[in-house]
Amino acid sequence: MTHPYLALTDADREAMLRTIGVASIEELFRDVPAEVRLDRELALEPPLSEQELSAHLAELAARNVDTTRELSFLGAGIYDHYVPAVVDAVLQRGELLTAYTPYQPEMSQGVLQAIFEYQTAICELTGMDVSNASGYDGTTVTADACYIAKHATGRTRVVVTEATSPQVRQVVKTYAPGFGLEVVEVPHRSGTTDPDELRAAAEGAAAVIFQQPNVFGCLEPAPELAAAANDAEALPVAHVDPLSLGVLEAPGRYGAAIAVGEGQAAGNFPSYGGPHYGFLAARREFIRRMPGRIVGETVDAAGERGYVLTLQTREQHIRREKATSNITTNQTLLALGGLVYLTWLGPQGLRELGETCLSLAAYARQRLVERAGLELLFPERATFKEFAVRVGRNAREVVRAARAHGVHPGYALGRDYEGMDDVLLVAVTEKRTPAEIDRLADVLAEVAR
Amino acid sequence: MKLIYERSQPGRRASAIPRYEGLPEPEVPEALRRREPPRLPEVPEFELVRHFTELSTRNFGVDTGFYPLGSCTMKYNPRVHERLVALPGFASLHPLQEEDGAQGALELMWRLQEILAEVTGLDAVSLQPAAGSQGELTGLMLVRAFFADRGEAEQRRKVVIPDSAHGTNPASVTMAGFEVTPVATDARGNVDLDDLRAKVDEHTAALMLTNPSTLGLFDENIVEIERIFHGAGALMYYDGANLNAVCGISRPGDMGFDIVHINLHKTFSQPHGGGGPGGGPIAVRGMLERFLPVPAVVRREDGSFGLDYDRPHTIGRVRGFAGPFGVFVRAYAFMRAYGPRLREMSETAVLNANYLLARLKEAYELPFDRLCMHEFVLSARNLKREHGITALDVAKRLMDYGFHPPTIYFPLIVPEALMIEPTETETKETLDAFCDAMLAIAREAAESPELLKEAPHTRPVKRLDEVRAAKHPIVKYGFDAHPEPGSEARPVATEAPRGS
Repeated sequence: MTHPYLALTDADREAMLRTIGVASIEELFRDVPAEVRLDRELALEPPLSEQELSAHLAELAARNVDTTRELSFLGAGIYDHYVPAVVDAVLQRGELLTAYTPYQPEMSQGVLQAIFEYQTAICELTGMDVSNASGYDGTTVTADACYIAKHATGRTRVVVTEATSPQVRQVVKTYAPGFGLEVVEVPHRSGTTDPDELRAAAEGAAAVIFQQPNVFGCLEPAPELAAAANDAEALPVAHVDPLSLGVLEAPGRYGAAIAVGEGQAAGNFPSYGGPHYGFLAARREFIRRMPGRIVGETVDAAGERGYVLTLQTREQHIRREKATSNITTNQTLLALGGLVYLTWLGPQGLRELGETCLSLAAYARQRLVERAGLELLFPERATFKEFAVRVGRNAREVVRAARAHGVHPGYALGRDYEGMDDVLLVAVTEKRTPAEIDRLADVLAEVAR
Repeated sequence: MKLIYERSQPGRRASAIPRYEGLPEPEVPEALRRREPPRLPEVPEFELVRHFTELSTRNFGVDTGFYPLGSCTMKYNPRVHERLVALPGFASLHPLQEEDGAQGALELMWRLQEILAEVTGLDAVSLQPAAGSQGELTGLMLVRAFFADRGEAEQRRKVVIPDSAHGTNPASVTMAGFEVTPVATDARGNVDLDDLRAKVDEHTAALMLTNPSTLGLFDENIVEIERIFHGAGALMYYDGANLNAVCGISRPGDMGFDIVHINLHKTFSQPHGGGGPGGGPIAVRGMLERFLPVPAVVRREDGSFGLDYDRPHTIGRVRGFAGPFGVFVRAYAFMRAYGPRLREMSETAVLNANYLLARLKEAYELPFDRLCMHEFVLSARNLKREHGITALDVAKRLMDYGFHPPTIYFPLIVPEALMIEPTETETKETLDAFCDAMLAIAREAAESPELLKEAPHTRPVKRLDEVRAAKHPIVKYGFDAHPEPGSEARPVATEAPRGS
């Protein structure tokens, strides 16, 4: 029987083989030497029908405890924000869903215009001049920024604050040797970075990377950090939460050269870590050093407006070993989800979302101190939607104990930072209600300390 | 059509955000507060949906029709994948969930690793890389770690790449800190063995090879190539871009390759999304396993599944978390739907390609007259010579017949290249209709060449001016200052790249 994913009948195959002039399908593989042929069937389980597949995957999915089944305050880079139905509706349009990179612009005006609109939205959010069409995620775009900075400055060291996400720092360190870059870290002082310390470290550096809000949820003195980098003629790279940018200043307005970030919070489901999109935007002087696809506006033969992939001489398929990056497949579908989401929000919605997160998180800070008797790790620091508390005993144990009550209270920071074994990082999105925060406080009052 | 920003009116909105009474006021320190709001679109939901629906009608996907874009494996994506990936247990699962709350996801990834190991004939798999290019880069980092461990990192700096290779290969080599040694293609379309022997020595770190090649040809000398590289103490890297040709037929591990990346979005079906997402897992021989990225997905002694970070020799992490999980759900579902019948998938892809080749080779030049694998490369050189018609003209005219054009002008070693990959998910009727169109276009080239030069005639836009776009980059909407179409735009940037 023909496999349901295939279409050729026996009669089709015979007619096609006749046209080709071979006697069998086997003969089509005559260039494959016998020594390298697989002389047995692949040792895989038998095929499943769609119905069986659905049952099997539903069973696997049911063994996960997702944020619809557990009251979750997990964040640390991936956030449980609301994803509106219009995102799914647009992303399921087959013409957009099943196209590939728009190499042929006349076939791809839909995707091209959408990317142009996405680039505009990212530039508006970040206060930058130029955005690419997306990178893999918030970690890899940070490594991309290092590559830009190395070539723009000719320097071979990058500085990253210790209060930047550990995963971001790990990816930068993994990429750095190939780039010929050394990575230097600057410690935090009570939850934020000291601009003077950063200025000293930035001397002779290609880039200075900081995160706003940082890994502890604290608001960095970002304008001062950018100024410290600029003083040393190192490129300030701001790693930002896109959903903070309705209430927090845009990196382009305080002197950052490059803005990067993880797009997931804006329009993508958590999806156990991916696929999501990383955004990368920069000041205009870096446009020809940008990695990845960029869409530009032009006109057609009749003088009508249209969109094309542009500045392609930066890219691997033209420039090969001299390209600004090796990226080809990117995260367009997820970035499109981001565009739809930001359109759904609008400027008002973005600001209100930020304000709701601020208020709910402030309420949670209050409740965890007053009701649960916990101590804030950095009580003097302003935060956005995430903050760190000391729970009085091993935070991983507290997580386990709280989960037994149906509440995932946050991320145990001791996994990444020494001396923080009793620290819990709590994220509060607009999906959490005051009643749910009360419940978190009640559960922590019981299981912490 | 209008941009979404041009449909915007202040005061309109699609969202309502929850607000609560009695909570603390939202406070941001004055120095950090946003001054000017971002000019995001202001539209109601129905305008949003109409806008993106209209955009979709100006786009062509596999769901629209035949998309023989060579090297990209544009196969149909079963719709059940979209339903499965949206199950809350997958879509709403936080990547930092404790292991006991993510057993289903971890088991799925572990099983996918096992399947990929069997299909590639290798020992260990990391699912982490986000796409083929990142798989390449990760593989090259493993090469560096492997030789560093043996004290040969300084000595082995060269990576050999055929002149037919994808541009990602040399770009990845540079990003990984190696140097490219190009090697020529011989008259049959194989790697030129004499050139290869002259270039492989004790400074060679690895070969990067796509097999079948971008010409769609299986390298007949693969056994000798393996002897040359392993004989010189170098490693062999397999670019899995063309794995769709050989599943269940010949495995990269059996060909002698030590590291393989698999493009899940090509061979194992992802919807491609207008450019992504993809997935680029790598499979390696046992001797390289300890260098793989962290975290590793493992099955523990008690039968549970987990993430292992304790790998002292790891190259590190190449992206966030354990990889693009949603891509894994689709690829796993696809491979379970086939099981051992993956071989039929590859056989059908190869049969379809050879059928097109047989029907088209009289009208277009065939630079290497052999049976092909899952794709093949024709040249429009004859049309250019005789009628002044280029591969680009043929591509644009194909649009009028309702087909997405093939990949053009690649590989670079074939002038006026048309790289055609039908995949396995087409009917014979579609294949015939495409051939009829290609043959009609070859006739039109002689009879009415202007029809081709002005094509497409039926798309929402005429042929677009790409030179103008690059010369005067307009890469975002300018709001009140946005230039009229066709007016002299001011260049955004003029600085040339330096140092790269």
